[in-house]
Amino acid sequence: MGKRFWNEYQKTIAKDHFFYERSCIRQTFFPGSEAAFLNIIRNDLGLDIYDSSHQHTCTGIGYHADVVPFETTMTIVARLFSLMTEKGYENYVPSCVTSFGIFTEIMEKWEENPALLEQARELLHKATGRTFELPKNIAHPSDIIFSYRNELKEKMKYQLVNRFTGKPLKVVEHIGCHYAKIFPKHGVGNAEFPYVLAGMIESWGGEVVDYPERRHCCGFGFRQYLVQENRGYSVANSRKKFESMEPYEPDFIVANCPGCAMFLDKWQYTIAEMEHKTYDKEGYGIPVLTYEEMAGLLLGYDPWELGLQLHQVQCESLLNKIGVEYDPRTKYNGYGGKILPKPNKPSVLKV
Amino acid sequence: MSKIAIIGAGPAGIEVASILAKHHEIDLFEQEAAPLCNIRNKALLFPDFTSADELADQLMLKLEHPHIATHYGVKIQDLRRDGSGWQLTDSAGNAYPADYVVLATGYEVFDAHKKEELGYGIYPGIITSLDLEKMIKTGKVTNTIGDPPKTVSFLQCVGSRDEKSGNHYCSKVCCVTAVKQAIEVRKLLPNTAIYVFYMDLRMWGQGFEEMYRTAQEQYGINFVRGRISEAASTYDQRVQLKAEDTLMGLPLNMSTDLLVLMVGMCASVGTKALAQAAGIAGDYGFAQSVSEHLRDNLTEQEGLFVAGACKRPMSVNDTIQDARAAAITILEKIS
Repeated sequence: MGKRFWNEYQKTIAKDHFFYERSCIRQTFFPGSEAAFLNIIRNDLGLDIYDSSHQHTCTGIGYHADVVPFETTMTIVARLFSLMTEKGYENYVPSCVTSFGIFTEIMEKWEENPALLEQARELLHKATGRTFELPKNIAHPSDIIFSYRNELKEKMKYQLVNRFTGKPLKVVEHIGCHYAKIFPKHGVGNAEFPYVLAGMIESWGGEVVDYPERRHCCGFGFRQYLVQENRGYSVANSRKKFESMEPYEPDFIVANCPGCAMFLDKWQYTIAEMEHKTYDKEGYGIPVLTYEEMAGLLLGYDPWELGLQLHQVQCESLLNKIGVEYDPRTKYNGYGGKILPKPNKPSVLKV
Repeated sequence: MSKIAIIGAGPAGIEVASILAKHHEIDLFEQEAAPLCNIRNKALLFPDFTSADELADQLMLKLEHPHIATHYGVKIQDLRRDGSGWQLTDSAGNAYPADYVVLATGYEVFDAHKKEELGYGIYPGIITSLDLEKMIKTGKVTNTIGDPPKTVSFLQCVGSRDEKSGNHYCSKVCCVTAVKQAIEVRKLLPNTAIYVFYMDLRMWGQGFEEMYRTAQEQYGINFVRGRISEAASTYDQRVQLKAEDTLMGLPLNMSTDLLVLMVGMCASVGTKALAQAAGIAGDYGFAQSVSEHLRDNLTEQEGLFVAGACKRPMSVNDTIQDARAAAITILEKIS
């Protein structure tokens, strides 16, 4: 790889005392990811992070679908900041990439147009009586994991290495569009060669797959899936990426955006049903992880505690390559050992 | 007889030296080991496909004059007034006094690594117009594995007219250079498909428009109005392009064996440093003349003159004409 000019630029990432904002959809798609992040921050790194029970949506999906007006989004953001201020925190950490885009966009607008900031303060005060301070730092959780990737490596039980061949696992990394494509300066790396996930992969022993459609949208684009008739556009985008990455035979995909991880996972089932096509040699599909799941697995977290059994493409082949210990009998055990019903098998995609 | 220091032994510096040497003593400084490096890197010059080496040889003959002392491999890094004259200092700390100074430090090409989305230095098969010129000079244009490319694509305005790289100006010579190079590639590779992606083609010089028309009609070169937004490597080491054909109003995805980035002209490191030191720094690091219309070789500093592409992007023939104008200006001023 040649010289990367963006390597000379490093965004500021707060090191401790975070105010965490959960995602609307991540706990449904990947129920163990946010818990894994909090565990890593608190227990593996020994840092302080506050998880408020009074938080709410950032309006991102509605905002980008033009059903939530800007003033509403701005006021909602102001309220979330007021929760942070109330608890004495200054470093804001939104779990979702869409939220990250919303916060950086609103902050940019407030900086460019102070009248909008005053309007937000006024609207929030009229509606709730609350006040807020601007965060000193906004970082995506993937930024924080990236910044502590070397410290985490020291604690890891496994590496991104195929234990059968001894070779690095080939990993497709996919960055949510709203992470760096809106404001490249707010991303690690840039919009063309974001390094936030690539840095984790390289540090933890893996090899990044640089395929032609690496930067292409996953298909989550809000208008493409909110209206059911438009979902063909969404599948087509994901399919374009799969076709492009297939010759490189990736071992798994990792993403830092809820929509990306969800669609890159679920659309593999859809495409298999529609076209009888899978993108790995054995017909199981390419496993898709969130970066918290990837970090959690390597740290030795139980894959079923991480919620990997709830992915569409099943992860056992990947767990076996890494050498992760797991008990197949407890795969569908719920909280407290409750036995949950097993899902039906897809007709094409092997599980 | 005055002592005149000329910094830069490109076409501008040599032309000025050859004229002034008839009346004055000349010290000609060049940081490289040999003069005319930028010209020697080229194969043929637009619009008449003159051999760059032949032109360089003719320019070299002009230096054969007893009043011209050449100093190759000497990097002048400071330039300041010294009484009524000037003092130049090289990187080794040696001082050179002069009554008058001509800045002819020229240009350098835009560093295409800065446009990471275009993949230069990251992916194979992505080269600059300078790299292609060197290939053409050897008579062999090849893809990444040494075979004749089936498709060659050119992209205009890399590092020129570009908000992202901070260069808002037009480099003036890239449009016609792409047409020239496309024709040269066609002559070497009759069966290769050739595409030129452009914003608009600025065929400003005599014979340029005719060459552009010939490129389309006689050489079958395809011109696509649109920018390439992204280049990446394919599994078989080709280059995948994403672009927009703005005349068709359609996105365009294609793969090519070679992508040639038409890199613009920037102020050279020497131009930036010396223009700054002498207090004549202009936009984008180029040297600033007093007025483009009537005093384009004069500067705000008495006894300091400018010639050629250290002022702005300029073609070789315009550079030589500008150097002659500089020589006349200096002779008028000194006499």
